[in-house]
Amino acid sequence: MENETLTEIRSAVDIVTARQRGRALALDLGFSGGDVTLIAAAISEVARNIVDHAKQGQIVMHRIHGKGDPGIQIIATDEGPGISDVAQAMQYGYSTRKGLGVGLPGAKWLMDEFDIISHVGKGTTVTMKKWLR
Amino acid sequence: MLQVPILKQGGYLIASIQSVLSDADLLQLRDNLAERVGRFRSRGVIIDVTVLDVIDSFATRMLRAIAHMLKLRGAETVIVGIQPDVAFAMVQLGLTLEGVGTALDLEEGLAYLNTRTKQLPGHGK
Ligand SMILES: Nc1ncnc2c1ncn2[C@@H]1O[C@H](COP(=O)(O)OP(=O)(O)O)[C@@H](O)[C@H]1O
Ligand SMILES: [Mg+2]
Repeated sequence: MENETLTEIRSAVDIVTARQRGRALALDLGFSGGDVTLIAAAISEVARNIVDHAKQGQIVMHRIHGKGDPGIQIIATDEGPGISDVAQAMQYGYSTRKGLGVGLPGAKWLMDEFDIISHVGKGTTVTMKKWLR
Repeated sequence: MLQVPILKQGGYLIASIQSVLSDADLLQLRDNLAERVGRFRSRGVIIDVTVLDVIDSFATRMLRAIAHMLKLRGAETVIVGIQPDVAFAMVQLGLTLEGVGTALDLEEGLAYLNTRTKQLPGHGK
């Protein structure tokens, strides 16, 4: 099985594709069924944010190696409007539209590492990792 | 095409989600259920989500919206079949189905509706 996948995100259907690819990669890496579902849920949230807030972008997922343990890294990037106040966007329940506002904080809780870089007018990159242990 | 078949059983409707759903499918499910609850005067709706691999914030919002809308149409909704891993991920995401009934499986879902709609089992057929 390939160790890296790239999924273009343009519509809601692509969210399902990204989730399924992430699930397959995580299973291949040896993650348990429970962890695979957590990873799929995190992918779903960041992919949905691309569709909802940036219209399009992409998600790259690949195997990584930490200090001994392998893991999965998911990078979601877009060239959408960006986020002016990232700390606020990370707050549970904060949404600039009709959303539940749990996507970003939720994805952070689901994963081991979570990093978001955003520039207004340039776009957003979310990098998430989960380690196999 | 109807992605989610809806069966009529007595006074209830049973919608069994068959595969991973796109957003459009969920919106269609909402509209189809609203229409049928009106047409059949259904008192209760069971949505079987056993096959869903993930219930993310969008799906949660949709399921809540469907239940609230059906309530306004006079029907109780119960979600059945949320898998343990899926439930765990929902908890981790901080998602709740507040105000929406849940049950383990179809059988318990029917029992839940019978209680909620105050029908004895066997009635409403
Ligand atoms: N990729 C993105 N591009 C631009 N803004 C974003 C992006 N992702 C998240 N945001 C902003 O952060 C807010 C919080 O995101 P989230 O927690 O997923 O909640 P929701 O998507 O339900 O609004 C969003 O309402 C939006 O304003
Ligand atoms: Mg979101």
